[in-house]
Amino acid sequence: MSLAVTSTPLARRFEALPIAIFLVLALAPLAASFGAETYLLGLFTRVMIYGIAALALDFICGYGGLVSFGHAAFVGIGAYTAGIFGAHGITDMAITLPVALLVSALFAWLTGTVCLRTKSVYFIMITLAFGQMIYFVAGSLSPYGGDDGLTLKLRSTLFGFPILQYDRALYYAVLAFLLVSYLLLRGIVASRFGRVFRGARDNPTRMATIGYDVFRYQRIAYVIAGSLGGLSGFLLANATEFVSPSFMSWQRSGELIIMVLFGGIGTLHGAIVGAAAFLVLEDMLGGITENWKLIFGPMLVLIVLFARGGLLGLAQSVWERLRRG
Amino acid sequence: MAEPVPNPVLRIENLRKNFGGLVVTDGVSMTIGEGELHAVIGPNGAGKTTLINQISGTLAPSAGTIYLNGADVTALPPNKRAELGLARSFQITSVLPRFSALENVALAVQARSGSSYRFIGCADKENALNDAAMAALTEVSLDRRADILAAHLSHGEKRALELAIALAMQPKLLLLDEPMAGTGPEESERLIVVLQRLKGRFAMMLVEHDMNAVFALADRISVLTYGRILASGQPAAVRADPAVMTAYLGEELE
Ligand SMILES: Nc1ncnc2c1ncn2[C@@H]1O[C@H](COP(=O)(O)OP(=O)(O)OP(=O)(O)O)[C@@H](O)[C@H]1O
Ligand SMILES: [Mg+2]
Repeated sequence: MSLAVTSTPLARRFEALPIAIFLVLALAPLAASFGAETYLLGLFTRVMIYGIAALALDFICGYGGLVSFGHAAFVGIGAYTAGIFGAHGITDMAITLPVALLVSALFAWLTGTVCLRTKSVYFIMITLAFGQMIYFVAGSLSPYGGDDGLTLKLRSTLFGFPILQYDRALYYAVLAFLLVSYLLLRGIVASRFGRVFRGARDNPTRMATIGYDVFRYQRIAYVIAGSLGGLSGFLLANATEFVSPSFMSWQRSGELIIMVLFGGIGTLHGAIVGAAAFLVLEDMLGGITENWKLIFGPMLVLIVLFARGGLLGLAQSVWERLRRG
Repeated sequence: MAEPVPNPVLRIENLRKNFGGLVVTDGVSMTIGEGELHAVIGPNGAGKTTLINQISGTLAPSAGTIYLNGADVTALPPNKRAELGLARSFQITSVLPRFSALENVALAVQARSGSSYRFIGCADKENALNDAAMAALTEVSLDRRADILAAHLSHGEKRALELAIALAMQPKLLLLDEPMAGTGPEESERLIVVLQRLKGRFAMMLVEHDMNAVFALADRISVLTYGRILASGQPAAVRADPAVMTAYLGEELE
């Protein structure tokens, strides 16, 4: 991570921004009803779902300095839990969601125990390796479609009620999960635990010599982030009514990192902005040309080079310049 | 060589550390008694920092035993030793750059007051933590700079901050690795006064090149050369030791 000295004031000064983001997300379906409703609802549902995964990644990356290149693994685990249970006719999220969270938490605990013994580049490589491992495992699950993945016959139900059946209901359910995830992580970052976790990013040796078992704090944070990744995947399976190994390819993990950088690392709400910017741009450029990645790539590089705080950082410096006149 | 202390806070027996073929700690045994300020001096590369690293647990010795208040801590990680009352400063300043001076110290207080596995509530608004942290900052005259990010403190202030962090841990043994290094004469003078005031409250090991400081503060001095203790005892005796004089004279001629 960059060594630039930044603390949290960015987040504090832009307090209005998270509120605005959630207001826009809450009202978006109304606007969408004026045209292209299915498309817009679908796009923003995906934005929020990836937003949850990106939030979780920003938590460990931006606050803990743990750059995971395997975060999509958790998304995949959450999605496959919904998919595999669905294939056996179990769709009630009172069962499937806790299992999805638990399995991703367990995977985070086990892999975290190994990954967190390493640092910096090695951490990136080993999280990537675990991500690839689970990717190949999913591809080899021939009863569940192997490389092709499998279709969900039914979206999750709650106590037998098909509450996610309508796109709007799904949308607001996802929004509620995003809001809860955001508030949860914000609370954790400011808490005693969060302060220790942030301290460990700055100087793990110092934290150890004042009495903290850095590894244990980092592993708990990793489990929290992994569970939220699982939540994201669980919702993604419901939104797309489909799961496949591609959900957890290393490209997906890379995209999550890009979303975090894109929005502004270490701010939490920046991750949501990043997810929105990424997916909307991808859709727009994808509509113009098949080679959209040729445009998208350089744009990314420019943003990361010239707006070190991502889009939020860019917005903030423009705002400050305007105010000073 | 070193006269035994009845109930030493720190006891090291036959400590040995080698990096490949290079022996950096060569059978060191020493004790530090309650309230004692024990200075360790020696030329560059003598193995002083390596010794401190082994005592604090950031480096594993190749052989030998370390006792803290009678308990064998040789296999314990640094955080466990900190829990047992061991604090240290680093030769190369080691603080949390993105936290304010106050929060640097508050984190040390937090480590000793209740669980840190708390996921709700604002840690930086806990008065009990902040008050104790402020008290430690006041002891090193850094209270006026409490809200400054540690990265923006001057070198001397960072050194003082390290001391405040250590004090906030309410240590039983404090290891100081060249606290005066890189500070100006005035700041050194101030630091000597602070250490003089702290002396006796807990045991201290002071590694320092500044001989003014060493002779002003030390109860006992050990001289380390090539990883071995060359001499150890009262300051006057060590100063008069011919072996020490040649070792230091030899260094100055280079
Ligand atoms: N990790 C390491 N690997 C290999 N050699 C090391 C390592 N750490 C220290 N050394 C070597 O061990 C010797 C002692 O180093 P140490 O830092 O303990 O000396 P010192 O007495 O603290 O010196 P100074 O007064 O310059 O701080 C030096 O020769 C150093 O190069
Ligand atoms: Mg040294």
